[in-house]
Amino acid sequence: MHHRLIAGLALSLAALPAIAQDKTLTVYAPDYFASEWGPGPAIKQAFEARCGCTLHYQTGDLLPRLLLEGERTEADVAIGFDSTEIKKARETGLFAPHGVDTAALTLPIDWDDEVFLPFDWSYLAFVYDNEALEDVPGSFAELVAAPDDLRIAIQDPRSSVSGLSLVLWAEEVFGDEAEAKWTELAPKITTVTPGWSEAYGLFTEGEVDMVLSYTTSPAYHAIAETDDTVSAAIFDEGHYMTIELAAQLKGTDDADLAQQFMDFVVSPDFQSLIPTSNWSYPAALPEAEWPEGFRELDMPEKAIWLPEDEADALRAPAIEAWRQGMSR
Amino acid sequence: MGAAPSAQWRGDNPTRWAGGLAAGLVLALTLGTLGAVAWRAGFALGLGPADLSAIWFTTWQAALSAALSVALAVPVARALARRRFPGRGALVTLLGAPFILPVIVAVIGLIGVFGRGGILNDALALVGLGPVSVYGWHGVVLAHVFFNLPLAVRLILQGWLSIPAERFRLAASLGAPVGRLLEWPMLRAVAPGAFAVIFLICLTSFAVALTLGGGPRATTVELAIYQAVRFEFDLGRAAVLAMVQFGLCAAAALMVRAAGAPDALGAGLDRVVERFEPGGRRRDAMVVALAALFLMAPLAMIVARGAPGLLDLPAGLWGAALRSIAVALGATALTLVMALALALRGGALARLAMLLPLAASSLVMGTGLFVLLYPVVAPRDAALVVTGLVNATMALPFAARVLVPALAQAEAAYGRLATSLGLVGWARLRWLILPRLRRPLGFAAGLTAALSMGDLGVIALFAGDGEATLPLLMVRLMSAYRMEQAAGVALVLLALSLALFWIFDRGGRVDAAS
Repeated sequence: MHHRLIAGLALSLAALPAIAQDKTLTVYAPDYFASEWGPGPAIKQAFEARCGCTLHYQTGDLLPRLLLEGERTEADVAIGFDSTEIKKARETGLFAPHGVDTAALTLPIDWDDEVFLPFDWSYLAFVYDNEALEDVPGSFAELVAAPDDLRIAIQDPRSSVSGLSLVLWAEEVFGDEAEAKWTELAPKITTVTPGWSEAYGLFTEGEVDMVLSYTTSPAYHAIAETDDTVSAAIFDEGHYMTIELAAQLKGTDDADLAQQFMDFVVSPDFQSLIPTSNWSYPAALPEAEWPEGFRELDMPEKAIWLPEDEADALRAPAIEAWRQGMSR
Repeated sequence: MGAAPSAQWRGDNPTRWAGGLAAGLVLALTLGTLGAVAWRAGFALGLGPADLSAIWFTTWQAALSAALSVALAVPVARALARRRFPGRGALVTLLGAPFILPVIVAVIGLIGVFGRGGILNDALALVGLGPVSVYGWHGVVLAHVFFNLPLAVRLILQGWLSIPAERFRLAASLGAPVGRLLEWPMLRAVAPGAFAVIFLICLTSFAVALTLGGGPRATTVELAIYQAVRFEFDLGRAAVLAMVQFGLCAAAALMVRAAGAPDALGAGLDRVVERFEPGGRRRDAMVVALAALFLMAPLAMIVARGAPGLLDLPAGLWGAALRSIAVALGATALTLVMALALALRGGALARLAMLLPLAASSLVMGTGLFVLLYPVVAPRDAALVVTGLVNATMALPFAARVLVPALAQAEAAYGRLATSLGLVGWARLRWLILPRLRRPLGFAAGLTAALSMGDLGVIALFAGDGEATLPLLMVRLMSAYRMEQAAGVALVLLALSLALFWIFDRGGRVDAAS
C-alpha cells in the first residue's frame, strides 16, 4: 500500500526528462542566483548563444550538497560560493584551476587565487532611510556609541554569510575590544535574524532604522523602484567585502565546456548582467562601464577583507565574542 | 490514552502488519536518517557552552510556551464546547489558522500587530503608553502561544466533545458538580498530552525563535543543527545535537506518561452537547472574543500587508501553488494511512512512532535521506517525493494524536458489541471504525495538508531546476528585494492552506450539528 502510494507520487511528480542535446553544462547555483529574479536566466541565455549547448542549473545549498555528493557529483561548474566558504570548499579537492587571467578583475583588492574566480562583490554596510534617520553614524565606532533608541537589525553569524562577515568586520576594526563593543551595541540591535531577507524585510516594514546589508542595496531601490530614500552609511574604518565566486569541477565530463564557462564569467557579456540582476558590483568591469545608479553609489574609501586562512582562524573567536558580548 | 485497541486487532490481522510497516517507515525516517548522517560523519562528541545555553533556553521557553498555551486553551475550549452561536463552525476553523500558518508568513502578521509600528503600539500610543518591544524571549513565547493555542484549543475541545451529552444531562438533573465529576477528569486525561505535543513543537522551533528572539540568548537547539548542517557542514555535530533533541523528547514523553490518567467516561449516543448549568454566558463570550482577537489580528495584518502584492503576483505562482498542493495531498494520504495503521496497531512501538517525528529535525531527516538515496536516484528527481515524505512524517504525530483517542473511545464503547457480532478485521474497520472516526480523520487530514503546504522542508538540498513550491517562491522573492510581492504570495499561501484545511475538516464534519 505504502509502496504503491510512494511510487504513484514519484510517477506523477517526477521531473520531465531534459531535452536531449549534444552538450550539457550542469551548473550548481544557490537558489536566489538561478531564480527568475536573479542573474541566472539571462546568463543561461547568453552562454547558450555562444556555446551551442544547454546550460542546466541545479539550485540549492552549494557546498553542503557538493560535500555530500563528493566525486560522484554531476556538477561541471559551481557558481555562488561566498568568500567565507572557500577554505572548506578548497579542502574537498573537488575543484580544478579556473584557468582565467585574473588581470581582468577590477576588485579593490588583489586576487590571485587559481581555483576560485570572483564574479561579483559588494561591501557590507548598514542601510537606512535617508529621509527618516537624522544622525547617521560616520564610522563603526560612532554606530556603537549611537543613542540606544537607534534600532538595528543584523543577521546571525552562525547561520548567514553576511552575519559572519559582520563579526569578522568588527573583529578587524575593534580587535580585542570587539566583545565589549558588542555589549555596547546590543541595546540598539532590535533583533538578529537567521538570514539577510528576514532582516531586510524588517527594514522595509519600518521596524528598524538600519539593517545590515550592502552598499549596493540602495541601487535596487533607485533603479527598480525609482526610490532614492535608501542609503548606505559609509564608515571611516573601511568596509568588509563580500565576494562571490565560481569554480569548475575536476570531475567534469566536458572540461572544454566548463572552461568556456569560466572564461565567460569574466567577459563583459556576463559582467554587464550582474549589477541590475544580482544587485552587486561586477568583478571584472571598469567602473566607467557600470550602469547608471551604480556609478553614483556612495563608496567606502577602504576595503577590508581577510584571506581565507586568517578568516578561518578568526571565525570561532569572532562569533564567540559576538555571542558573549550580545548576551551580557 | 487508556484502552489500547482490543484483541480483535491483534494476531495475524492485516491491520497489524500495516501498523508494523508504518512504524518501521517512521523509525527509518527519523532514527534511520539520523543514523545515516552519523554514519557519514561520525559523532563529534562534546558540546560547547553555546550548545548548553541553547539547550537550556530551548527547554524552558518550550515548557513556558506549552504551559501558557494549554492554560489559555482551557477556558476557550470550554466556552466553545458549551455555546452555540451563528458562525461558530467558521470561527472554530479560523481559530485553528495560526497553527497551520507557515512560520515565514506568520512572522509578518505578528510584527504587524506586536511590532514597533504594529497596531498594538499604535493603540498604546493613543492612550499615552510607551511602546512595547516584541523582540526577546517573550517574543518567542508569544509567537509559540500564537501558533499553538489553536492546537491546544482543538485538542481540549475534542476532549470536551467526547464527554457524552447524556452525562451533562444526568449531572444537571442530579445537581452534581459538572466541573469536578466530568470536566476535571477529562482535562486530566487530555491536558498532559496537549502540553507534551506543544512542548515538543516548541522544542524544535527554529525560525520564530530567531527572528523574534532578539539575539543569541534566544538560541535553540534546532538553530544549532541548522548551523551545523548548512553553515559549518559539520554533520557529526548535527548528529549529536539531533540526539540531544531526541533525548529531550524522550524525557518529556516519560513525564507525560507519569502525569496522564485514563479516560473512563464511557460511551454516549453522540448527541450534541447541550449544557444545563446556568450563567457564565457573558464570560464565555468574552473569552471567545479575546481569543479571536489575539489569533485573528495577525491574520488580518497578513491580509493587509499582502493585498497590494496581489496586483503584481509573479508568473510562476500557479505552478508553484499546484506543486505545493500536490505535495500536500500526497503527504496527507500517506499520513492518514500511517496514522490509522499505527492507531489500530497500538502498543509501545506504535506510540514510539507517533512521538519520534516531533523530536526529529527535518534538516537532519533531509540530509539523511540524501545520504541514503544519493547512490540510487538523482536528488532532483526525488525532490518533491522526498518533501512529501518528510512532510508526511512531520505531520504524523498530530494526525495520530487526533485519531488515537477517538479510536480508543469507539472501541471501548462499541468494541464488545462489534466482536459479539463477529465484526473483525477489515469489516470492523469499514463498518465501525471509519464511520466513528470520520470527524477526527477530516481534522487530521486538514492539519496535515495545511502543515505540508507551508513547509520549506528539505528542498534546499534536493531542489532541481527551479521547481519552486509556494514557500520557496516567497523566499526567492524576498532574497531579490521583492518584499511586497513576497507578502502577496504569503497571502495566497495563507488562503490555500486555510482552504485545504477547511475542505478536509468540513468533509469530516459533514453531518455534525456544529
